Amino acid sequence: MAGMVTLLLICALVGLMIGSVSIPAGTAASIVVHWLSGGLLSTPDWREAHEIIIVETRIPRVILAAVVGASLGVSGMVIQAIVRNPLAGPSILGVSSGAATGAVVVMRFGLVALGAFTLHIAAFVGGLAALSIVFWIARTGGQMTPTRLVLAGVAMSAVLSAITSLLVLTSPDPQLAARVLFWTLGGFGSAQWKLLPIPVAALILGLAIMLVQARRLNLLMAGDESAVALGLDVERFRRTMFVLTAALTGITVAVSGVIGFVGLIMPHIVRLLVGSDHRHALPAVAILGASFTIAADLVARSIIAPIELPVGIVTALVGGPFFIWLLRRDARSLGVVR
Amino acid sequence: MTTPPAGLEITGVTVRAKGQPLVEDVTLEVRPGMFLGLLGPNGAGKSTLLRTVYRMTKPDAGVVRLNGEDVWQRSATWVAQHVGAVLQDMPTEFPLTVRDVVAMGRSAHKALLEPDTKHDAALIDASITLQRLENFQHRAFRTLSGGERQRVLLARALVQQPQILVLDEPTNHLDIRYQLSLLSFLREVGVTVIAALHDLNLAAMFCDQLCLMNNGRVVALGEPEDVLTPALLWDVYGVDVTIQNHPHSGKVLVLPGLT
Repeated sequence: MAGMVTLLLICALVGLMIGSVSIPAGTAASIVVHWLSGGLLSTPDWREAHEIIIVETRIPRVILAAVVGASLGVSGMVIQAIVRNPLAGPSILGVSSGAATGAVVVMRFGLVALGAFTLHIAAFVGGLAALSIVFWIARTGGQMTPTRLVLAGVAMSAVLSAITSLLVLTSPDPQLAARVLFWTLGGFGSAQWKLLPIPVAALILGLAIMLVQARRLNLLMAGDESAVALGLDVERFRRTMFVLTAALTGITVAVSGVIGFVGLIMPHIVRLLVGSDHRHALPAVAILGASFTIAADLVARSIIAPIELPVGIVTALVGGPFFIWLLRRDARSLGVVR
Repeated sequence: MTTPPAGLEITGVTVRAKGQPLVEDVTLEVRPGMFLGLLGPNGAGKSTLLRTVYRMTKPDAGVVRLNGEDVWQRSATWVAQHVGAVLQDMPTEFPLTVRDVVAMGRSAHKALLEPDTKHDAALIDASITLQRLENFQHRAFRTLSGGERQRVLLARALVQQPQILVLDEPTNHLDIRYQLSLLSFLREVGVTVIAALHDLNLAAMFCDQLCLMNNGRVVALGEPEDVLTPALLWDVYGVDVTIQNHPHSGKVLVLPGLT
């Protein structure tokens, strides 16, 4: 765990150093200490421009990347437990595609009813709406089983992707495709201080609730029948956790677009490192997810600078092959063979 | 185990699935400390009946009472504090270790944020030792054989500190040595036991009472020599048997096909 925190801090520091203007590690660290202490510690011996870049641009960006990575990591881990499928991720339940569709509707029809945050609100509403429909489909005609949930989510995602494509292709605005692409592949370019409070609060609250329920989440891994026999009201618990992860995922998509593979891959790495017990695995996946997205964002904005890649491309290029390697190395750990 | 054995009363229990009765109007009582064997062909309704006891399947009619309390009026947690269910198997999508699985049995006794105590660890250790799983405890549950898994699931039920153990065909994957050691363990365990069993002779040897089921109904209930009769076994299984007495124990011995 200490190693993971160190990794996170290193990622964060490098994230502050690198960009269109590179700032030495010592300076970046001093500026952060200066800023954190409200000017009490470390005397300014740097250019003011550096301080502005760090404080106004890079700190919020690193925080946003960290919060999104942590949220996706814990959401992915909890979703894998509630649908009892290690191949599930936040995107599997249709939340991500619903959020993207919501955002695209706003961009396509130029809706600005709710001011500067219209796009974010639409994404959040889209995610929750998609989820509610998945929920309703999975419940129709009896119990909500993991398989029904996953199948409903996959079907929902496919329909929503089609709607998104349709909206883009029929748009009179030739720029829309590029803007939508950036949304569906994610990025932290919009990071600014005023965007942070909601995702930060959602992560803290969500993670706190999950940690309180960690023991119960463990029971879900043993299957519904075992979980009932061990004292869990399975259906009610699954419903609560489902809504919680959906809200958390919806908020992350609203602020950063759809970033794939974080919620799918990180839980696996964490289970290899610290085991499956959610009491240890949830904090670990938050830290590791945060480190991963900060690093991915770093690559996304520096590899072909000054052009910025959507961060979802980086996470998919790293996460996809890693997943395949994991699959080949140890299919058992993914539960795809017995 | 230090818990007092519980009494179980099943009264007029009926379970239907899509209109078809799986269990129909079953009434039986298991007195505290008794070992009841549930017999019957595949599909007789044994597993379904047991599910109503550990609160997995809600009866469409009838009541299941534990120590006089309706289990469906109490919470899942309360039931798990009193009933230890040993299931036939457990899904293995996640890389849980044997110790992880056994430790799950403590959940019902823990408040939400309560950490594991020395007491929990001691119970888990004792249960692991009792089932001779010491050398397996850090191995992945899914790499174990069927018989080893069965012992892990029994160990998990024991750390629940139950007053009644409910077992669904616990001897299924076991070789004869472990079948005998499991059944003698259940006899000695000191809590009430209700177990679905397939082997008629082992049931006769270890159970205090037997309940013979067919098509969801109770066909016979009582002492082994009253339940294991050629006429009843012909009715239920459609096989001819001869009944003798075991040369050493004097218990009922069922010999097939020798009329």
